[in-house]
Amino acid sequence: MISRLAVEDLAIERGERRLFAHLGLELAGGEAVALTGANGAGKTSLLRAIAGFIRPVCGQIGFAGPRGPLDADEARRSDLHLVGHQDGLKSGRIAREELLFQAGWTGASEAAALAAAERLGLGRVLRLAVRHLSAGQRRRLALARLIASPRSLWLLDEPLAPLDSQHRALFGELMAAHLDGGGLVLAAVHDPLPIAARTVELGA
Amino acid sequence: MSALALLFRRELALAWSGGGGPLLALGFYATIIGLLPFAGPPPERLAGVASGIVWVILALATLLSIERMFERDFEDGALDLLMLGRTPTEAVAAVKCLAHWIAVGVPLALAAPLAAISLGAAPAMAPMILATGLAGGLAFAFVGGLGAALAIGSRRGGLIIAVIVLPLLTPAVLFGGDALYALGVGAPWQSGLLLLIAYALAAAAVCPFAAAAACRNAAS
Repeated sequence: MISRLAVEDLAIERGERRLFAHLGLELAGGEAVALTGANGAGKTSLLRAIAGFIRPVCGQIGFAGPRGPLDADEARRSDLHLVGHQDGLKSGRIAREELLFQAGWTGASEAAALAAAERLGLGRVLRLAVRHLSAGQRRRLALARLIASPRSLWLLDEPLAPLDSQHRALFGELMAAHLDGGGLVLAAVHDPLPIAARTVELGA
Repeated sequence: MSALALLFRRELALAWSGGGGPLLALGFYATIIGLLPFAGPPPERLAGVASGIVWVILALATLLSIERMFERDFEDGALDLLMLGRTPTEAVAAVKCLAHWIAVGVPLALAAPLAAISLGAAPAMAPMILATGLAGGLAFAFVGGLGAALAIGSRRGGLIIAVIVLPLLTPAVLFGGDALYALGVGAPWQSGLLLLIAYALAAAAVCPFAAAAACRNAAS
């Protein structure tokens, strides 16, 4: 279980352009960080680097559990959720099928997945095709796997952007519960998170 | 349900839904076979090469539907999710190729004897055409999957895949064609078929590793 994320002296380049360098970031269990910065400052790239998709030019990304450092690849595959701009939902498939696949793929049972959808207020839209959902409903469907399959580190890219105020508050409660359980949240945002969070600004 | 079984079921469902991959491939196959007699050769000459021709067209029909294998998951972000499960990306690639073979390759292989006989091949060739279609289809699916992974993110992916993959399929076409020709003239055909099966199994063993590396490259 990941209980600490440490980013040291990180530099990332995308297409010959250096997004940032000498970035340090520490995140401990129970803590949330709101990652801010202008468009193109490298918020998404930082999240993808932590998830292991982008190889940094230099610097280290380390994961630690209660009993010491963890193997990064193993920690990423078993204890990390990444919900990006793209929700990974197939528009031609039924919402319920996609929910069960996304949640099941990350280790959740069918019952847990359906309960998570219920919690996010999706009970009535699960029988619809994904292409008939609104942007907010699609996002909640993608977020449901966070609730269905417990993983410690949540990497969220603009998680609240398409949500209405009622569901922003609801997702705030779910994030708070996750933090209470010792989880970690790192979210790239433009609007403030609905929970107490430390702010780290990229490109400041 | 295990994650791999879950992925396998999803891949089959995706192959059959929206655009009907197998039906489209079968339709393409039937259209080309239907055009051939109009191309001019006298029927007896066409009958002589029918079994070989249907076999090569099978490769093309497989490639037609393989383009979307990784691309659709890349476009909508599902590839990230697939690479962040407990299952190694190599296994993801292998399951995708295997599901494509079941969904598209097997129906095409079942159609191949019918197509060959309709062009005038001897009905006695049917079991061999089916066998080479099944084994060759396995090779096409795995090598095609590698091509699809390499073409992630490129427009005109279908053409790129054909250019990358068709040369790699030369041994399969050679071995399978050899087995068909040998059976047709009454020579020993076993070596051709066994070499084809060996090629298909080698492709199934190697291609998932290369495809997974291509996925990692595309996601970075």
